[in-house]
Amino acid sequence: MTQIPENKVSPRDSKLHGKHFDCVIIGAGMAGLASGIRLGLAGKESIILERHNASGGLNSFYSIDGHKYDVGLHALTNYVPKGTKGSPLTKLLRQLRIPYDALELSPQLQSKIHFPSCQLIFNNDFSYFESQVAEQFPNEIDGFCRLVETIKNYDAFSLNAPSTSTREILKQYFKNPLLESMLLCPTMYYGSSTENDMDFSQFVIMFRSLFLEGFARPLNGVRTIIKALQDKYRSLGGTRKMRCGVAKIICDEQRAQKLLLDDGSEITANKIISTAGYTETLRLCNNDKNQELENNIGKLTFTETITLFKEQPKNLGWEDTIIFFNDSDHFRYEAPSSNLVDPQSGVICLPNNYAYPNEENLEYGILRITALAHTHKWFTLDETSYQEAKQHWYTILQKTALSILPSLNESQAEFASRTIAKDMFTPRTVHKFTGHINGAIYGCPNKIKDGRTHLDNLFIAGTDQGFLGIIGAMLSGISMTNLHCLQSKE
Amino acid sequence: MTEEQVKQIVIDIINEIAPDEDTSNLKSEVNLRDQMDLDSMDFLDIVMELRKQHGIEVPEEDYPKLASLDSCADYLTPKFNA
Repeated sequence: MTQIPENKVSPRDSKLHGKHFDCVIIGAGMAGLASGIRLGLAGKESIILERHNASGGLNSFYSIDGHKYDVGLHALTNYVPKGTKGSPLTKLLRQLRIPYDALELSPQLQSKIHFPSCQLIFNNDFSYFESQVAEQFPNEIDGFCRLVETIKNYDAFSLNAPSTSTREILKQYFKNPLLESMLLCPTMYYGSSTENDMDFSQFVIMFRSLFLEGFARPLNGVRTIIKALQDKYRSLGGTRKMRCGVAKIICDEQRAQKLLLDDGSEITANKIISTAGYTETLRLCNNDKNQELENNIGKLTFTETITLFKEQPKNLGWEDTIIFFNDSDHFRYEAPSSNLVDPQSGVICLPNNYAYPNEENLEYGILRITALAHTHKWFTLDETSYQEAKQHWYTILQKTALSILPSLNESQAEFASRTIAKDMFTPRTVHKFTGHINGAIYGCPNKIKDGRTHLDNLFIAGTDQGFLGIIGAMLSGISMTNLHCLQSKE
Repeated sequence: MTEEQVKQIVIDIINEIAPDEDTSNLKSEVNLRDQMDLDSMDFLDIVMELRKQHGIEVPEEDYPKLASLDSCADYLTPKFNA
């Protein structure tokens, strides 16, 4: 299903044809840009090839009718205040030599885990979340505190740790299944590539990034972060070629020999870092005919509605930044079995609700609603049914969100009259712009933690390698580049 | 080049790669990691800058020899003077 744009340019006309690089990076997402910066800092010649016309990958942006939209990035997780030692964000900025202030991060106001019988509020001060758990689950707070100690001391980045069930481990710390569900809802929604349970090391990474660290956002959203990365990469002499994907990796048994690009030109490289996805990358090598690979294709994907409206959300009484919701006490995280979308759980994001400097804010109120989606059903709709389905599910998700947000005392129709613009993306949209099979957001279920492939000089970084979130994606690009391109000899 | 000059080169590199660390009162004999928040990724960057700025190669197995300013001076000074 890979889309190769028709390109009339003959290989001879391409300035790239015949060029050689120390390293070719496939994909200008967070991982690819971070990888390029590391190579640039080391004085290596690299090129980033991106099929889409905008950088960012799964965390990108677009405009329609003059309105700017973000894809991905509800919140930058792993937020810590400037000067915090030893945190992933601090390490990452140091590795990229990007100043903290360049990301223009503003912290969240407060977020919520919303279940019918219980709500837990949290912000960037972990002790507040702890007090919420103590208040709502007085019998479980000791177990919860023991869990937090375990999480703080856990080596989540070990490259060869065995996979263990989070649900089984949580049961060792507390008995109330509601608390288990309430902790899994946000951690799975913000990073799980597996259904209903997740590997404990992934849970640890998510728990730290959401609760022990926190949420922040630049006023201008993901554009600010991408610009900081692009500017740094460019300043180091790196080349970025947009609208030019890799059509094929030509290889022998052991090594990638050449890359055939969408425009027909051929280039060579000592090493290749691919952020296109694991199976997606092996397909480029025509090496995807085995069952293990088939079983390791990500299935979980989402739809998201985005609504721009006239008021600032706080004027409507909507003061939360992110709300993770579930409509029963038992949280299920799985691809919907019959419907196109499962509105029983999801995430509501109000990007206006960050503490932006100088009382500045976004021009309009923005309401984003994310829910799990059925990949195959979205992919097989014809164009008319697709548009109808988008309209149908937009309405349902909007209704769901309005039932969870503090009551407006107005009908959905009245709220609709406040609306300035709206859009919705589906698994199809994600696939179209990222090339990820199934439009999967969090990649394959079994992560390629060491980044190695069957070829000696081809490596995987990004969501399929195993670090999560935007910060995780950048750390993935950094650590795989360090390990495979900068530490090891040619 | 003297050992003191080599130490200053290492300090300059640390200032560049980790501008948030205070390098003004480093003790020469104490491990750098015990005095600052540096990890293995930072040491990779020290090695990277030694290569880029001074053409000095430090193979991976020798990274432990960069533990303190004194050990850096012992290990790097002959390389600078070679």
